[in-house]
Amino acid sequence: MRTLTRLSPSPDTTERQGSAGAPRAHESAIKHVTGRAAYIDDQPAPADTLHVALGLSPVAHGWLNRLDLEKVRSAPGVVDVITLADVPGHTDIGPVFPGDPIFASDEISYVGQCLFAVAAESHKAARLAVKEAVVEIDERPACLDPVAATEREEFVRPTHVQERGDWQRALADAPHRLEGEQFVGGQEHFYLEGQACLVVPSEDEGVMVYTSNQHPSETQKLVAEVLGIPFHAVTMEMRRMGGGFGGKETQASPWACIAAIIARRTGRAAKLRLPRAEDTRATGKRHPFHNRYRLGFDERGVLAGGEITVIGDCGYSPDLSDAVVDRAMFHADNAYSLGDARVTGHRARTNTASNTAFRGFGGPQGMMIIERAMDDIARHLGEDPLTIRKRNLYRAADDGGAARDVTHYGQRVEQLSLLHDIIDQLETSSDYWQRRREITAFNATSPIIKKGLALTPVKFGISFTVQHLNQAGALLLVYTDGSVMINHGGTEMGQGLHTKVCQVVARELGLDLERVRISATRTDKVPNTSPTAASSGADLNGQAARDAASKLRERLFDFAAEHFDRENGGLDREAMHLEDGHLVAGIGESEQRIPWGELIQAAYMGRVSLSEKGFYATPLIHYDRASGRGRPFYYFAHGAAVAEVEVDTLSGEYRLSRADILHDVGDSLNPAIDIGQVEGAFIQGMGWLTSEELKWNDAGRLVTDGPSTYKIPAFGDLPPTFNVELLQGHPNSQASIYRSKAVGEPPFMLGISVWSALRDALASLVDYRESPALDTPATPERVLMVAEALRRQYAEDATSPRRPDHAPA
Amino acid sequence: MIDFYLNGERRHCSDVAADTSLLELLRVHLGRTGTKEGCASGDCGACTVAIGEPDALGELVYRNANACILPAHQIDGCHLVTVEGLARGDALHPAQAAMVDHHGSQCGFCTPGIVMSLFTLHEEQRRAPAPLTQERLEAALGGNLCRCTGYRPIRDAALSMADYPDVRPAWADEPHLGSNVAWLRRPEGGEPTTAGHYVAPQDIAALRDLKRRRPKARLVAGGTDLWLETTQQLKPLDDIIDVRQVAELTTIDETPDGWWIGAAVTLADMTPLLTEHYPAFEHLMHRFASSQIRNRGTLGGNIANASPIGDTPPVMLALDARLRLDGPDGARELPLSDFFLDYRKTALGENEFIAAIFLPRPTPAQNLKVWKLSKRREDDISAVLAAFAWRLEDGVMRDVRLGFGGMAAIPRRATETEAALEGRAPEPAVFAAARAVLGEELTPMSDVRGSAEYRRTAAGNMLERLRLMIEADMHAAEATPNHASDNNNPATKVTLDAYAH
Repeated sequence: MRTLTRLSPSPDTTERQGSAGAPRAHESAIKHVTGRAAYIDDQPAPADTLHVALGLSPVAHGWLNRLDLEKVRSAPGVVDVITLADVPGHTDIGPVFPGDPIFASDEISYVGQCLFAVAAESHKAARLAVKEAVVEIDERPACLDPVAATEREEFVRPTHVQERGDWQRALADAPHRLEGEQFVGGQEHFYLEGQACLVVPSEDEGVMVYTSNQHPSETQKLVAEVLGIPFHAVTMEMRRMGGGFGGKETQASPWACIAAIIARRTGRAAKLRLPRAEDTRATGKRHPFHNRYRLGFDERGVLAGGEITVIGDCGYSPDLSDAVVDRAMFHADNAYSLGDARVTGHRARTNTASNTAFRGFGGPQGMMIIERAMDDIARHLGEDPLTIRKRNLYRAADDGGAARDVTHYGQRVEQLSLLHDIIDQLETSSDYWQRRREITAFNATSPIIKKGLALTPVKFGISFTVQHLNQAGALLLVYTDGSVMINHGGTEMGQGLHTKVCQVVARELGLDLERVRISATRTDKVPNTSPTAASSGADLNGQAARDAASKLRERLFDFAAEHFDRENGGLDREAMHLEDGHLVAGIGESEQRIPWGELIQAAYMGRVSLSEKGFYATPLIHYDRASGRGRPFYYFAHGAAVAEVEVDTLSGEYRLSRADILHDVGDSLNPAIDIGQVEGAFIQGMGWLTSEELKWNDAGRLVTDGPSTYKIPAFGDLPPTFNVELLQGHPNSQASIYRSKAVGEPPFMLGISVWSALRDALASLVDYRESPALDTPATPERVLMVAEALRRQYAEDATSPRRPDHAPA
Repeated sequence: MIDFYLNGERRHCSDVAADTSLLELLRVHLGRTGTKEGCASGDCGACTVAIGEPDALGELVYRNANACILPAHQIDGCHLVTVEGLARGDALHPAQAAMVDHHGSQCGFCTPGIVMSLFTLHEEQRRAPAPLTQERLEAALGGNLCRCTGYRPIRDAALSMADYPDVRPAWADEPHLGSNVAWLRRPEGGEPTTAGHYVAPQDIAALRDLKRRRPKARLVAGGTDLWLETTQQLKPLDDIIDVRQVAELTTIDETPDGWWIGAAVTLADMTPLLTEHYPAFEHLMHRFASSQIRNRGTLGGNIANASPIGDTPPVMLALDARLRLDGPDGARELPLSDFFLDYRKTALGENEFIAAIFLPRPTPAQNLKVWKLSKRREDDISAVLAAFAWRLEDGVMRDVRLGFGGMAAIPRRATETEAALEGRAPEPAVFAAARAVLGEELTPMSDVRGSAEYRRTAAGNMLERLRLMIEADMHAAEATPNHASDNNNPATKVTLDAYAH
C-alpha cells in the first residue's frame, strides 16, 4: 500500500479555509469597527463595584515622614483606604528580583510611586479623595543620570560582559580606529487603553481577576502572594488588550494586586483604571541608554574588533532590566561581525519609574551603537554607508576570506546568505544607487533643504533569553456539533496572535477557520504560562496548539480506522487525513470522505475524548551567563529598510518621504497580519527615534505625561511612498511553526533607517566629511542644533580642501 | 435636561451635572461603551463621535468631535452618532467595511474613533464629492492616534470607502430626523435652555444679564481647554455659561474694512474666510490641533485663553486685529496688541467677555507668512510660531508686523525688530541687524516643547527664511514678471511643503 505524506494543504485550500498561511482579518476586526469589542472598562461590572484611585509620590527621592489619610477616609463616597500595613501577604511584588514594594512606606524612589489606594463609590469620588492626603517627605537628591550612577557603581543588577578573542590586540593592530558615544532616548508605550483591571471576590478566599495584561500567570502568582492564598484561588481572565507593547508584561500586576486586596477586604468588586497622566508617571518605559564604542577596522571598513559599552537606565528597581540589558548586548552587533570584541552592559539605578519591556526589549538600543559606528566608518573612509554595512555583514568563507559567522557571545549565525539576499533585493527594488546619485546632486544645488538616504538591516534573535520561559501550553476542546475551541497561554494585544493560532488549528484539522474559535486567555484553562513577549507568541503557542490538534487528530484517526467501513475491515489508517471539513481515507476509487461533524458525533458516541492539551518547549537553546557564551536564540529574523528624508536645515523640520522595506517572516502564518506588524513596528520605531521625547524636570518629575506633550507618530507621519514586502521563498531553517518566523519585534528596528537617513542629510552640510552625532529622539530641535553646529564648522573649514563626494561613479 | 437624538433615537437625560463630559454621559449614564477614553484631554481621538446639526436647509451636517472634553450639555438639540450607530444590522457602513478589509484595526482601541472620523469624511463626500487629497485626509484623521498600524491601512481604508455600496445606518431612513432635531433647537425667547448651573443664553442681552448676576460663572464655548480642568485637574466646573448659542457671538459680519468674527465662531467655521483672503493663515489652521478640536474650539477662546503658545494670536497681532469686549457695563474696543498683559493675564475686565474679533481686510500689496514649529507636524502645540506681515514699496519693506508665539510669556509683536526692518531693503545686512535685535527683544524660556536656545535660534532662522523667500521672489519677478518663486527649484526652496509655504 502507498503511503501519502501530506506536508501542507494546497494554497487554494489554505485561502478558502483561512487556515495558516491565509491573509485572514483579525478575529475581532468586525467587533473593533462596531464598538462591540469589550475592553476592561467596557465589561459589565457588578452593581456595587468600587472604583480605586491611587496616591502617588510627588517626590523623586526621599523618606516618607508622614502619611495622614484621615481626610481621605472621610471624603464623600470613600469605602476603604489601604497602605502597605494593610497588605496581608507579600509586600514586594518584584516580578523577577525583589525591589518593588506594592506601596512605598519608608524610602521614596520615584515620582509616581504608589503610596496608598482609595476605594470609593465612583471613579471621580476616589480621585477627589486622593487629593485630601497629607504627605510629608524628607526630600533627598534624586539621581537622574545613569552615567553618573554607573561611575558610582549604583546598579540594580551586576554588570555583565561578553567577550570573544583578543579584542585589545585587534583594536591596537587595526589600521583605523574610531570611537563615539551616544544617548538613546527611552519611549513611553502609549498603549491606547491604559492600565486597567477589575477584581471580583469569588467563593472561599479567592478572586477573579479581569485584567489588561501580557502575563496573566505572573499576576496570578503575585495576587495570590499578596493576599497570602494559594495560586488556585486566583483566576485570571484576559480577553484582549488595547495595546501592550511590553508595557503590560510586568507592569500590569501592581494594579491587580491592589484591587484584589480591596476586593477581599470589602467583599465587593474593585475596578482600577489609571488616568493617562498617572499611568505615564507610575509605569516604566523603554530604557534610555548611553552607549560607547571603540572599534578598529581595515581599509575596507571591515571591523577587526574593539569594545562596546552599553548603560541601561533602569530606573529604581530591577524589574526586567537584567534581561533587557542582556538583549541590548546580544544585539550590539546587529547584523555585523564585530571581530574580536568585548561587550559590557551596565544596569544603572536612577530615581525614575522602573524601566521595563518594550518591543525589542533592549535590542533596539544595542543596535543603535553599531549602526552609528557603520555610518561613522563610512564617513571616515569616504565610502557610502551601505557599502560599509554590506562589507561587515556576517558571512560564510568566500573569495579566500575567512568565515565571519560567530557572534561575540559564541552563537553561530545560520541562514548566512539571507540578509545579503534581502539587501540585494532591496537595493534594486528601492533603486538605492540611482537615488543616491540624485540626492547628492539635489543637495549640491539646494542650500536649505537637504535630503538623506539610508539602508539599515536588522538581525534579531528569537527566543526568551531566560530559557525556562520558552514553553507554552494549549487546550483544545471539540464539542459535539463539531465546533472547536482552542485556548492557549498567549494574550491578544492586537498582534493577531489568536487569529494565527486559530489558523494553525484549522490547518491541522482541515477545517474552515470559522469553525475554530478562541475565548479569553484564562489561567484555569492553561496554567503556568509565559508572558506574551519576545515576539514568541505565535512560535510557542502555535506549536502548543498544533501539538494538541495533532494528538487529537491521531486519536480520531485511530477511532475512525476501527469504526467506519467495518464490514470491509475498517478504513486505511495510513493515508488518512483531514481536509475541507472531512476525514479522507483511501485514494482514488477507494477514497472515502466522512464529514467532520459526523466523525465527531461518532467519536463522542464511541466514548473517545474530544479534548486534548498541547505543549511545546523550544529546542536547542542555552546560554551560560558565567562565560557569556551559548546559543540563546533558536533562530534570527531579518529585514532591511531604506528611508529617504527631507530636512529643512533652517528649522530642523523633516519628513520621511519614502520608505522601502523587505522583511523576513519565513513562511508567513498570515501575510496580512505580518505586513501590519512590519508597518506598525517601523512607524513605532521611527517615532521612538524622532518625535517621542521623554523629559523629566530637575526634580525628577516626568513632564511629558500625556499626548499633548508626548508625540507619537500621527497620520501625516506615514510616508507618502511606503513599499512593504515580505521576503518570499525562504522558510525558517529551524522547525518553527510551519517554518514561519516571529514578527512582533524585529521590524521595530527598521526604524533606525530613518535616524540614519537624518544623519546622512545633515552630513551633506559638510560634504559628507563628517559623521554628525545625533542623539535621539532626533526632534526638530536636535536636528536644528546639529545643523547649526555643522554649518558653523563648515564656514570655519571653508579654506580646507574638499574631499571628493563619496557617492559611487 | 439634555434632549437629543442618539443614533436616531430621542433621548432625555436629566440630572446631569454641569461638569459632565459627553464621554461620561455615554459610557456611565447611557452604558454605551463603544466610545473609548484614551487620554481624556482631546489629544488622541479614541473618543471621537459625530455630531449632527441642521444646516440652513435643515439637513443634518455631521462633524467629528472629542467626546472626552465636550460638555455633555452641548449635545442638547443635536443628533449624536457613535460607533454603535453606523452598521445597518449586520451590514457594515463603508467606513467600517473598508477598515476590516484593509486590516485597519489591530488592538482595536483607537478604532471606534477612527471609524467615526472616517464616517464624517464619508458624509462630507456624500454631500460634496471631491478628491481625497493628502491634505483632506490629514484634516480628517490627524486627530486620531493609532499606536499599532502605522496608519497605512487606515489611509487605504479612507481612500477606498467610496468603492463600497453606500450602506447607510437605519436612522438615515427617517426622513424627519433633520427637522426633529431642528425642532429641539427651536428658539425659546432668549431664555436659558437648560436650568441650573449650566445655562446657554440665546442672545447677547441674556449673556450680559447672566454675567451680571453670576460673575463667578465660567464661560464655555468649545470647552477644548476649559474641560481639561475637570478631566485632568478635577477642579469643579459647577457654574457654567455656555456661549455657543448666543446669536451675536456666532456670526461673521463683513464690513468694507474687514470682518467682525464672533468670538464663538468655531475655528472650522472661520477657515473658509481665510482660504479666500489669508491663505497662509488658512494653512496654519490645518496644523491647529485636529479637526475634532477645530470643530468645537473658537477664535474667541483661543484669544481669551491668552496662552503664550496659542496659534491664532501671533497671526492676529501681525494683522493688527482688534477686539470688541462686551459686558453688563457696556462695550469697548481695543487693539489686540493691548490685550495680552502678562502670562495668562489680559485686559479683560471681570464682567467682560470677548464679543468679536476684527480681522482687517488685506491690502493688495500685503504679504503674510505664518510658520509654526513643533515636534510633530499634526496635532501639536507650537514651540515657536512666527507670523510676518509686510509689503514691498519701491524696494523697501513697509508696514512690517512680526507676531511671535512661544517667545515670551505672552503672544506678542516684536516691535523693535519690526523697526529694524521698516523702510529698509530686504538685504542680508538689514536682516542680520534685525536678527540681532530680535535676540535682544524676545527672551523665550525652556520648557517641555523646546529650549530657550532652540527657540531663539529657530526664530532668528525664520527671519532668514523670510529674507530668502523675499529675495527669491524678487529675482523671480525680475526674470518672469508676475510669477512668484518656484518651490520646486532646490536653489530657492526654503521650506518643506508639508510644513510651510
